[in-house]
Amino acid sequence: MTRHVVHGLTERLADAAIVICAGSGGVGKTTTAAAIGVGLAARGARVAVVTIDPARRLADALGIAELGNDPTPVDPARLTAAGVELRGELWAMTLDPKRTFDDLIERLSPDAHTRDEILENRIYRQVSGTVAGLQEFSAVAKLHELHVSGRFDVVVLDTPPSRNALDFLESPARLTGFFEGRALKAFLLPTGLAARTFGRGTGLLLGALRRITGVELLDDLGVFFRALGGLVDGLRERADVVAGLLTDPGTRFLIVTSTEREPAEEAMFFREQLAAAGMPFGGLIINRVLEPGGPAAGVGAASDAIAPDLEPALGARLAGKVARAYGEALALMERDAQAIERLAQRTGDLHPVIVPELEGGVDGVDALAAVYARLFAV
Amino acid sequence: MTRSPASLFDHDLVVVTGKGGVGKTTVAAALGVAAARRGLRTIVAEVAARDDLTRILGGEDRSREREVELAHGVHHTSIDPDTALREYLADQLPSRTLAGLLADSRVFGPLAAATPGLRELLTIGMVWELAQPERRSASAEPYDLVILDAPATGHGVAILSAPRSFADSSRNGRVGRHAATIDALLRDPQRTAVVAVARPEELPVNETLQLRDALGDALGLSLSLAVVNRVLTNRLTAAEARQLEEFPVENAAVRATLAVHRRAHTQQAQMARLRRGLDCTVCGLHELPASALGAEQISELARELERVL
Repeated sequence: MTRHVVHGLTERLADAAIVICAGSGGVGKTTTAAAIGVGLAARGARVAVVTIDPARRLADALGIAELGNDPTPVDPARLTAAGVELRGELWAMTLDPKRTFDDLIERLSPDAHTRDEILENRIYRQVSGTVAGLQEFSAVAKLHELHVSGRFDVVVLDTPPSRNALDFLESPARLTGFFEGRALKAFLLPTGLAARTFGRGTGLLLGALRRITGVELLDDLGVFFRALGGLVDGLRERADVVAGLLTDPGTRFLIVTSTEREPAEEAMFFREQLAAAGMPFGGLIINRVLEPGGPAAGVGAASDAIAPDLEPALGARLAGKVARAYGEALALMERDAQAIERLAQRTGDLHPVIVPELEGGVDGVDALAAVYARLFAV
Repeated sequence: MTRSPASLFDHDLVVVTGKGGVGKTTVAAALGVAAARRGLRTIVAEVAARDDLTRILGGEDRSREREVELAHGVHHTSIDPDTALREYLADQLPSRTLAGLLADSRVFGPLAAATPGLRELLTIGMVWELAQPERRSASAEPYDLVILDAPATGHGVAILSAPRSFADSSRNGRVGRHAATIDALLRDPQRTAVVAVARPEELPVNETLQLRDALGDALGLSLSLAVVNRVLTNRLTAAEARQLEEFPVENAAVRATLAVHRRAHTQQAQMARLRRGLDCTVCGLHELPASALGAEQISELARELERVL
């Protein structure tokens, strides 16, 4: 049980200007990000938390149930009620990735016509919603915008629930790659797009694509790439700046996971990728660890000795049930302990922050306060 | 409309989807094992190309895209959109050389990737092919049942609705016609069933209810079955819980039992919410203490599923 020594995040985040919570979906990442915001604001910082798709009760707790593209202040009274005093300021928002990218296009567009041509294009609507890591890129772009605004000491980002952590880390590079790709260049040739498209040279390839997709789509593609052409330099510059932010020494990546196999594998993989990319690792947070009855339980007697001890007080039937339930709980806790050990060894964070499975869910203000207390060891 | 879950394995295609991280692959595998036990020649098709199933069922990590028998009667294949594109080109174009040339071209790939819905269409097209009584290659044997281990909810619905939107936007081409054929399979409730996977927690339950709506809107399908993973066993009656709460001395076992009881209670509330929101059977699978799922655990889960199938 050496891993259960409490090591809070306070020191690890002491000089952080940006905190990025990464990990698989379903591991309590959003609540963790919000609780980190609470902890930093409690210590006096001006904090903005950027969440993505928060649970209803968490959104209600923070007052950010609507999608918005700018942080709004969280009423400190909500947290006072849960026993947390904020000396600083806590702001929060739910990111609208599509709108963030639309805003970027709008800012970079030379004129209203170009902007509309892009925003209304069928291909753009598809691409901006799903492909090429644009959701991830939007999140980092928003992070950058808030960081340079000077309004906040720390910006905390809850990352999109990617299937693969690389989608996030590589999103700026991918975006740049997309715009520099040969497909784009083929469409951006200065003269006679349509003639070239359906004429000689690349005509063979494009003709085959037309045969497969239908020509209307090709026209859309042409309009999309041509309109986007004027924005390429701006987008590339933005992608470069945003990529720089991810390796900035003031940035901390916290990897959030549960003890389950898939999130744990993803966490270990992400740790390797961070190291390879030279991005600063701030520590591992392991959520939803089973500690039935609270910390330091599980040091009781072996389950087979339980029933006889309890039988006089509870009767044979109930004592038997308790023994079985305890045996199962011990097995699950043992499974957790093994997973934690493996995670600690593989990520090199020998003292990960352990957050227990919370009874009654992870979404309300009380849960937020409870997670905060565990994360910052208060 | 309530569909009889007894007919799940009478479909040609069972699509398994749900929020990321809820255990879709586990459920797809358990359904595959259950179907094979009924004597159906079954294939589980994984879309995300991570070969999770091969690891669970203990097969070797063989080359992808091949159809491999992992356990008796359960086959597996991993579908990768790029391979799907390559095969599709080979089918559609007059010469394989031209198809290879196209697929290898550095221009064509990105263009195809940027074409809305094309990758999704090609992916689901390969699933459709698996479900055909006459396979594309004469040597390939047909399957009685195809189980699609689909991507997470939103993208899963996108894959299922890709054929229709494609058919709509390129009606005259070959692809449009092919897409319409695939769409017809997906929309036919006698041939295609959708199974939602969830956890007994707020967010996965929310997402399952959203999936119900999205499926109805996009495909006019309703869920055939919802499987809830990792449900805790609660053994205590309310009276017993009270008795334990009043237990006079500090006891780790009593405390742990009560903690499990309270968590199970919260889970039951979420299960009840799911049942209220869905017309189909909701089947809970019990939390297993094993640290990694293997063939033995999948077999156990398959037995739990068989009780409602």
